[in-house]
Amino acid sequence: MSGFLEIRGLSARLAGTGQRLLRSVDISLPAGSVRGLVGESGAGKSMIGKAVLGVLPKAVEIVEGEILLDEQDLLKVPPAERRRLIGAKAALIPQDPLTALNPSRRIGPQITDRLVDILGWEKARAASRALEVLVEVSIPEPERVMRLYPHELSGGMRQRILIASAFAAEPKLIVADEPTTALDVTVQKQILKLISQLQARHGTALLFVTHDLGVVSKVCDTLSVLYAGKVVEDTTVQRFFAAPQHPYSQALLAATPRHTDPAASLQPVPQAVIDAAMAEVAADDAAWRPQGGAHG
Amino acid sequence: MLDGRGLIRRRAGARLWLSGLWLALFVLAAVLAPLISPQDPLAQDLMLERLPPAWMAGSEPGYWLGTDSLGRDVLTRIIYGAQVALAVALVAGLATCLIGSALGLVAGFYRGWADRIISRIVDIWMAFPPVLFAILLIAVLGTGLSSVILAIVIIDWTRFCRVVRAETLNQSKMDYVHSAKVAGFTRLRTLLSEILPNVLPTIVALLTLEMGIAIIVEAILSFVNLSISTDQSTWGGMIAEGRTSIHQAWWVLVFPLIALFFTVLSFAQFGEGLRERFDPVLR
Repeated sequence: MSGFLEIRGLSARLAGTGQRLLRSVDISLPAGSVRGLVGESGAGKSMIGKAVLGVLPKAVEIVEGEILLDEQDLLKVPPAERRRLIGAKAALIPQDPLTALNPSRRIGPQITDRLVDILGWEKARAASRALEVLVEVSIPEPERVMRLYPHELSGGMRQRILIASAFAAEPKLIVADEPTTALDVTVQKQILKLISQLQARHGTALLFVTHDLGVVSKVCDTLSVLYAGKVVEDTTVQRFFAAPQHPYSQALLAATPRHTDPAASLQPVPQAVIDAAMAEVAADDAAWRPQGGAHG
Repeated sequence: MLDGRGLIRRRAGARLWLSGLWLALFVLAAVLAPLISPQDPLAQDLMLERLPPAWMAGSEPGYWLGTDSLGRDVLTRIIYGAQVALAVALVAGLATCLIGSALGLVAGFYRGWADRIISRIVDIWMAFPPVLFAILLIAVLGTGLSSVILAIVIIDWTRFCRVVRAETLNQSKMDYVHSAKVAGFTRLRTLLSEILPNVLPTIVALLTLEMGIAIIVEAILSFVNLSISTDQSTWGGMIAEGRTSIHQAWWVLVFPLIALFFTVLSFAQFGEGLRERFDPVLR
């Protein structure tokens, strides 16, 4: 079965150098399912999310591969068309709710502008839709909140608003980039639950970027483990937590702290595993020949 | 939903009110000069030369701040001088602000070749000593109010450009600018609705500062006799004249200086006050 989002053989590198950042990444995300992208800092998990949404920094160039969104290759359509496609079908839940809302504009227009200006909705319809999604994310007094500025709301409230805003246009795909990392632990749990509920209710495909395996176990159906820009394991959540296949995945799982036995469970990833993973990546690089002229 | 702004607001209040009060007086004086001036600004009377201010021995009624060496009333000339100062502050300040901010926004947001060209020009521009640059420009443009204003704009747009560019760069990195891109907004739309409102408090603070600076530049040019013809009274011109008789009649120098000082100070403080009061981020 072909997914709503289909990434095939995606390689990216730092512009002007040979440094590979993504190494032939394959990811398939069927409509309505949730995939976690896990890995340590710098493994390339956020970069995949950015590539899908078309907001990679200029210094990163895509060398080869396909990003199929609803069976259209985003890398083959002209930039303006790409922007329109992504704007209409995908949305982002950003990492830091404190910087993701414009401080000098009221909440209401920040949700409705996109519906009116990009999707061509009527103002009244956009406003009632905004109220609807704010109610859905349990914002009290949504009419009043629409008129407030971001600084008048707490971090948790702002993250709820960002989630509401992401779901407002009924996108088929949402990329959540570490949506709970900037929140404190008690709020994290509520936000995760909220994202899960909305995802299930709306049947949205969700690409969930995180470094927290605990989060993955609660939210995701499948996951991709990334190391140095390479997918080292692509599996379902049940199989991963029961028996991870790749040595790096095993080490990653072993490194997760457990509150049943805090002292014993905090294991760093062994050097041998890192060396083996790096050797694998190096062998992969040696065998890799970019398809000529496929600069994205 | 309190965020501790109460305290800061109260402090900004005094600053805003005091500077606002002085600026209101300044604007009123400039606009109503013919109605409120006690004397004719150009009437010379050699019988009344170098009269001291009203509270000193030997003063004449009707000449509150004394007269200069040609017998002209100092208070009247300060009031008329406010007209020139106000015109320069408004026109030169706004023009400088518009040109500098627009270029700064473009350079900071679009980056690339536009940024490289604008930033290099700013670097080169700022290497000129401003006062000498102004004198040179006046020598080319000729004296007169419009030349003075033009010279100020030509020299000072870089101040706005540099600060606005830096602020725009900061704003461009924010997640909401990112989100606007994902949502599919055009670049221009993102610049106008996501970035400009957040740079605006900085622009307003700079604008008021620039108004003060424009008044100073005009005064400097008047001081070296390169501004406006001498029959129009300006603060800089009065200071230049007062300098020659400082030992006999200090008031000719001191009162226009005080007017200049408080006006420039008030512009700067007013801008800061506005920023503290209205900047939603309160950095």
